[in-house]
Amino acid sequence: METLMKLFKNNIRQYGMIIALVVIMIFFQLITGGLLLEPINITNLILQNSYILVLAIGMVLVIITGHIDLSVGSVAAFVGAVAAIMMVDMQLHPVVAVIASLIVGGLIGAWQGFWVAYVRIPAFIVTLAGMLLFRGLTMIVLEGQSISPFPAGFQKISSGFIPDFGDFGVNLIAILAGIIFTLIYIINELRDRRAQQKYQFEVISNSLFVLKLVVMAAVINAFTYMLASYAGLPNILILLLVLILIYSFVMNRTVMGRHIYALGGNEKAAALSGVKTKKVTFWVFVNMGVMAAISGLIFAARLNAATPRAGTNFELDAIAASFIGGASATGGIGTVFGAIIGGLVMGVLNNGMSLIGLGIDWQQGIKGLVLLAAVAFDIYNKKKNSVS
Amino acid sequence: MSEYILEMRNITKEFPGVKALENVNLRVREGEIHSLCGENGAGKSTLMKVLSGVYPHGSYDGEILFKGSVCEFKNIKQSEELGIVIIHQELALIPYLSIAENIYLGNERSRRGIMDWNETITGAKELLAKVGLDENPNTPVGSIGVGKQQLVEIAKALSKKVKLLILDEPTAALNEDDSENLLQLMLEFKKQGISCILISHKLNEVSKVSDSITILRDGKTIETLDMHSGEVSEDRIIRGMVGRDLTNRYPERTPNIGEVTLEIKDWTVYHEQQAERKVLDRINMVVRRGEIVGIAGLMGAGRTELAMSIFGKSYGRGITGTILKDGKEIQNNSVTEAIENGFAYVTEDRKDYGLILIDDIKRNISLTGLRKLTHRTVINEREEVLVAEEMRRKLKIKTPSILQKTGNLSGGNQQKVVLSKWIYSEPDILILDEPTRGIDVGAKYEIYTIINQLADEGKGILVISSELPEILGICDRIYVMSAGRITGEVNRENATQETLMRYMTKTGGNGHGNTDEIVQK
Repeated sequence: METLMKLFKNNIRQYGMIIALVVIMIFFQLITGGLLLEPINITNLILQNSYILVLAIGMVLVIITGHIDLSVGSVAAFVGAVAAIMMVDMQLHPVVAVIASLIVGGLIGAWQGFWVAYVRIPAFIVTLAGMLLFRGLTMIVLEGQSISPFPAGFQKISSGFIPDFGDFGVNLIAILAGIIFTLIYIINELRDRRAQQKYQFEVISNSLFVLKLVVMAAVINAFTYMLASYAGLPNILILLLVLILIYSFVMNRTVMGRHIYALGGNEKAAALSGVKTKKVTFWVFVNMGVMAAISGLIFAARLNAATPRAGTNFELDAIAASFIGGASATGGIGTVFGAIIGGLVMGVLNNGMSLIGLGIDWQQGIKGLVLLAAVAFDIYNKKKNSVS
Repeated sequence: MSEYILEMRNITKEFPGVKALENVNLRVREGEIHSLCGENGAGKSTLMKVLSGVYPHGSYDGEILFKGSVCEFKNIKQSEELGIVIIHQELALIPYLSIAENIYLGNERSRRGIMDWNETITGAKELLAKVGLDENPNTPVGSIGVGKQQLVEIAKALSKKVKLLILDEPTAALNEDDSENLLQLMLEFKKQGISCILISHKLNEVSKVSDSITILRDGKTIETLDMHSGEVSEDRIIRGMVGRDLTNRYPERTPNIGEVTLEIKDWTVYHEQQAERKVLDRINMVVRRGEIVGIAGLMGAGRTELAMSIFGKSYGRGITGTILKDGKEIQNNSVTEAIENGFAYVTEDRKDYGLILIDDIKRNISLTGLRKLTHRTVINEREEVLVAEEMRRKLKIKTPSILQKTGNLSGGNQQKVVLSKWIYSEPDILILDEPTRGIDVGAKYEIYTIINQLADEGKGILVISSELPEILGICDRIYVMSAGRITGEVNRENATQETLMRYMTKTGGNGHGNTDEIVQK
């Protein structure tokens, strides 16, 4: 028990938000009389939050470099509008339209990245301008109207599920995916642990390690079972998982990721160590543009329409998700996984409060307080742990 | 009233897991200059923070008596009210505000919240006269030099009716002239009855002005020396600080000098902001393999500018001139190119320019050489650990783990991490800018040993240092710079502090930056 407490104390930053997420989930599970964790609601949670989570992945990278992007909501709306014009008005094939939309997103990111990285205008200002600019452009290209409906194939991005083989009452693909994912997870953990022991890093005790594996396996499989007993694996979940895995890998294991952290941690030192700071900043913004485009496409597909007011306040949710997930406003600190947890905290709050019939006014207020509390908790912890 | 203005008795201060101070005693006489010496991490700054109330009463054990009465400061404000003022190493001035505004910051001359500019300006003028600073009080602080800024800090302290002035490494960033100036000012204050506590690594200054010295080591008081007893030498102080005799401050080395590896020709650089201002004027120099070449000069002579402009044009604009490496002309247009060409630059400011303080040791070490650790842009993390461990062992970085954040390390260990980083990038030419600034005596010796090893491996080494004994102690040959030119070149055998000083203060240079004619006496 004592080691457990010590473990908890040392990793409070890492685990704090996961614990907060679990507590929030239990709270709403009780207060809604079990509605929150109904299979249909779990599936809804994923569908409802996917576009914010995609934005959060891009946003946390921007925040790690020490910048911010206020324009992502407008960019998402603009790309959604462009996609609608291509698919609905011009009757282009969805695949072509999606690729073109992603390129548009990348170009928008390049535009903003240029001003931030090379002209050195603060990102706050560049993206504030972008927020107005792209909202305006959205209204112009849509001529103030909504465009719908999208081709059925395109809608499947947001509302489709991985098709199952046969009919067994539950979705077998989902169950299988859960089991395979669990196995990959366990193998990975074992490999990491062996490596850490080899280099004589401190590792948690055997019994705790097994406990951790068992809990994680249970969570993963409970989750996939829930999905299986409704409609199976949503397409969007697969897309999200792929993005999370790719970006976690890039941030942890590649030169680009290292350079992003180094740049955010100390730009001058990074520059003198051979990090091409301008180039890195530029590409982080290009990436953010692409992620905003993906988010815009998901949202348009879910709504089955491109509307002039799409994506309003998305940027705030994405930024909040990053900070709740432990990113530092001064740069250099943050993880993709943390941003996802942060996004889920916000998502569960939204969903739970809607379930109990709380108005949008109260929801906003409570979300604001949660953001403040999460960051205050983080700063309190940092202070306590730093010995001067 | 006791003869002591300040008595700190049995001060013990603990941080989670560390005893920073253990039964420390410090007694400062009325009107004396009392120096506090010790290696980095000995507890000097912690002790001063206890004194000034940064660590409030109750967070430490022991008692503080100021002018004979017990003090229990809860914050800095309370200690300042009694006239205890600290001037920190990092100056706490606001660059965009004027000198006068800075002096009265937090202590504004005002009536019912409205600024009284007359009194502010006249008061500031008086205070500036007292510290001997001839500047318009309306000048923004950011536009005057560091030496003058230091004086503004002191004027600010005077405005608070200071009785006990604490100076933490006041001369660390100052050139010889400004340092001398400051020391004179301290002696002047002493005459006026202001007591001083001086924290400094520069032992020559300490022995010059102090009346007594208290030495701290590992959070304990070792001894208090009376400087008027006449038997206290610098070596004596060092022995107290490190707990052993350090007979030779510079490791022995027999240089094995080879071919010319680096040649700089007619290197001219203009100022970053002021396009017409020449910062470097036709610099010519050579460095041979296995040679340690020093660059001496006063602040503003252009030494760091030279190093950074060579290292991937990190400083300056309108750069002209050629760099030859092993006889071939090369281009260092970016830091990446410079690194590929085998250059390394260890900056004078490791906290702002050298390290990512929030990252761990391992990641800092691997940053420049990351390409060597990657396979198709994926980092081999196991290899990375091995590299970091090897550097930790080789350079004796004192840390429980290579996963420790560099921000938590002492100055000496931080510098070793910076050196590790560059050693791992396998350079042929290392430019070391103030490699031992702010590092304690023991760690300095270790850094010198590392520099010697690198030279013995056949690398060409350029060392920039403001400490003349250091330059004389480790370099084989020394270039002296003044006002953007090379004013002299001296071999080790011919070099003395006096000759160097003469060239350092020589302005105008020798016209064409031609160094051949100079002193090979």
